[in-house]
Order: sequence, then C-alpha cells, then structure tokens
Amino acid sequence: MKLSYYPGCSLHSTAAEFSASTEAVFKALGVELQELGDWCCCGATSGHSLNSYLSHALPLHNLILAEAAGNDLLVPCAACYNSLKAAQTFMAGGSQEARELNQQAGQILEREYRGEVQVRHVVDMLADDRIKALLEERLQKRLAGLPLAAYYGCLLTRPPKVASFEANPEQPRLMDRLLARCGATPVGWTHKNECCGASLAIPQPQLVEQLVGKITAAARYAGAAAIVTACPLCQTNLDSRQPAGAEPLPVFFITEIIGLALGLDAAPWLKKHLVDPLPLLRQQGLLVAS
Amino acid sequence: MAEQQIVPSHQLVAPVARQSGQPVSRCYQCHKCTAGCPVTMAMDLMPHQVVRFVQLGLEEELLKSKTIWQCAACRTCVSRCPNGIDIAAINDALKQRALAKGVQPALPEVAAFHQAFLASVKSKGRVHELGMMIAFKMKTGTYFQDVPLGLKMFRRGKLRLLPEGLKNKARFRALWQGEKGGQA
Ligand code: SF4
Ligand code: SF4
Repeated sequence: MKLSYYPGCSLHSTAAEFSASTEAVFKALGVELQELGDWCCCGATSGHSLNSYLSHALPLHNLILAEAAGNDLLVPCAACYNSLKAAQTFMAGGSQEARELNQQAGQILEREYRGEVQVRHVVDMLADDRIKALLEERLQKRLAGLPLAAYYGCLLTRPPKVASFEANPEQPRLMDRLLARCGATPVGWTHKNECCGASLAIPQPQLVEQLVGKITAAARYAGAAAIVTACPLCQTNLDSRQPAGAEPLPVFFITEIIGLALGLDAAPWLKKHLVDPLPLLRQQGLLVAS
Repeated sequence: MAEQQIVPSHQLVAPVARQSGQPVSRCYQCHKCTAGCPVTMAMDLMPHQVVRFVQLGLEEELLKSKTIWQCAACRTCVSRCPNGIDIAAINDALKQRALAKGVQPALPEVAAFHQAFLASVKSKGRVHELGMMIAFKMKTGTYFQDVPLGLKMFRRGKLRLLPEGLKNKARFRALWQGEKGGQA
C-alpha cells in the first residue's frame, strides 16, 4: 500500500515529532508514504481570515499535485486536513468562482482538479479497515491501563459536513478506540472537542492559557495521566501554555502512543516535548527499549 | 452605540451572504451559537448578535467590533446552528470588508498576526515559523512576550533557523497572484 504524504509547515518545524512518529508508524505497518513534491502551505486560519481566494487556491495547488501522484493523500495536521477538505467542498459546490479558479489553476499547474483524490487524516486512516488489520497483527497492549484523555479539538470534526469522519462529531471516538487497542484506558471527559484557541496563541497568549487551563483541568478531573491529540496546534498550545499551579500533564501525539505500542523507539520524538513525558513512561516501564 | 439611531437596513445581508456563502437571513436568534462559543468572554458582540447586526445593516458597529477578530474559527457555532450558519465565515467576510474599507482592526495584534503569517507564505510558499514570529513582534512591538517559550522550543529543535522554499517558485507565485489574490 502506498499513500501520498502532505506534512504541512508545522510538521517541518514545531511539530517535527508528529511527522517523525507518523512516518515511523506507517513504515512499521508496511505502508509506503511518499511526500508530495513541492507542496505549499495550506494558508490555515490566516488564509481564510484575510483572503478567500487564497483559502481555496493554496489547498487546490496541493490537491492537484496529489491527483497527479495518484494515491490517497495522508495528512497528519488537523488544520491542513481541514483546509483541504474545505477546498474540496468549495470545488464540489461547482460555483462559477470554483470553475474559474479551476481553469486558472489548470493553466498554471498544467492540470485541473478533478475531485478524485481522497484526503485522509491520520486518525481516519488508522481506523481504516485495511490499516486496522495491519495494526491488529502488530500492536501490543503495552500501555497497560494508562488513563489517557483523547483530545480532538476543533478541526477534525467541524464543520461536521465538511470535515468529520466520526459517526457523531459531538462525541468523537476513533482516537479513544485506538488508545484502547494500545492497552490504555481512554477516560470519559467533558472537553474532548473544546477549542484550545489555535493560532490565537501568538497574538493573545493569555486567552489561550485560559482555554488550555479549562481543558487540562477537565482532563485531570477525569483522572487522565496525559492528553493525546492529533493536531499540531493543539499539541503546541497544550504542551506550552498550561497555567502554573498544577503539575502539567504530558501531551502526546496519537502516533507517538501507537509507536510505543508497536515497540518503536519513541525517545527521539518525546525528547522534543516541553512537558517531559519520560518520567510517566519510565514509571509505566514503557521506555525499556531506549 | 445607545445614543445612535438604529435604522434597520437589509443592504448588508446580500454582500455578506455572498462573500461568506452563508444564509444570513435564515437566523432566528435561538442563541445556540453563542451558548457554545468558547471565546465569548473576550467578545464585545455575541455571535448571534453578529448575525442580527448583519440582518439590520449595522455595518459600522460590526467592522469596528472586537468579535470579528476574536473569533477562533472553531466552528462550534455552525456545528450546532439549526440553520447551518457558519459565523466564522461571516466574521471572515467582515474582517476582509473592514480591511478593504480601511477600518482600523479592534484587535490590531490579531490582524498583524494574520498579515505576518500570509507574508511568510507569500515569500517562500511555506511558513517559516521563526521568521514569521519575528515579523509579528516587529509589527506589534511585543518583543519580550513569549521569549522564554521561544528559547525552549529552539533548544528542542522545534524552530528552523532557515526558511524552506518551493522548487517551482514561478508556479506558486502565479497562483498566488491569481485574479483576486494579489492584494494580500
Ligand atoms: S444558532 Fe444559528 S439560528 Fe441560532 S442564533 Fe445562532 S446563527 Fe442564529
Ligand atoms: S467559530 Fe467563532 S463565533 Fe463560532 S463558536 Fe467558534 S469562536 Fe465562536
């Protein structure tokens, strides 16, 4: 099995461990990831905030490249995933604007968008039947009962019609199921998909600290020893902006947890975290390999 | 605002509906959007009021509001709105309208962030996070905010010193400058 891979800007920088763990997990499952050549930034929140044209044109650039490559497109970043899905929805709407954009992009990229490429988020892909079977063979229930809070944030489930791959976007479950398959105990909690403030962390750090404080308090209240996310913005905000007062909770990427359960060497990823997760993992006997 | 005479006008509905793609006139003020919005504590207009103000044509109040810049684009509102109205998309349309009309953003630091982000994408095709942060700080004068955090990230190899670029710059540039993109 072969997939095209779109890391996006954060995964080449602040969330490098999300990219490294994603690549390692899929490699361990025998799935080949081929990074999309010459991908560009999706524009993220700033794109749709200030420039509607760019919010469609930038993702379209990447969608067309992916269609030329011919495989499904794997996207770990929740924000990139959301932008790509929103652009696909816009193009599928078939408005005059969409048709004009496609023509123009077709001239520039020498290929029009056809609406054939499947955009798959990492969580969605890991829950895919084919991958599920591969995981089933190799996963060890190494996380023996570790209570973890699966945190979905906004961009994987909203707007539901555009982005969600969950049966109930208000109560997402796919990450909880993955955690359970690794032997962890996903906790039931109230803030699974409350917003962390995303990119407002840079212009408004105090506001984001307030939002992060509510989320981590809820996770702690539910008995979680750590939080697990699938979004680089969520991970960065939760990892860096927990308010002083309580012992900070480690914040993992879902692929890091799966990597641990596959017996991969997670230390290089985990050393990049700001809240050090190593003491918790050592205490669980999970770092013997390194 | 209290002393100002409110003259309802529907002239704002059509352009905002067109630009945002949202059925603005369907809103019946049930407040579900506001009930779920995570950042109402920092807003001057509640999300349901944004929609109502568009219906009433209160453009100046909207364009000068903090709310249009404060919205985190979390899309909780549209997920729960019985009429499927995406208030983040309305806020985006209003932000763009405010900038086009030269209205000073009520949260200049948020506007400066978005501008610094897009400037970074424009120059290389990908965001260079370190460069973007420096540009943002120069623009807003917040030189010392988050410096310890930045250093921590740097030590863990989370910030690249040099930007990455695209191989086919001409192609990216042409797409960026496409019909309506040039102004950003
Ligand atoms: S939830 Fe929808 S209908 Fe209800 S007030 Fe908000 S925008 Fe209007
Ligand atoms: S998208 Fe904006 S207005 Fe809607 S709930 Fe989120 S922050 Fe509030």
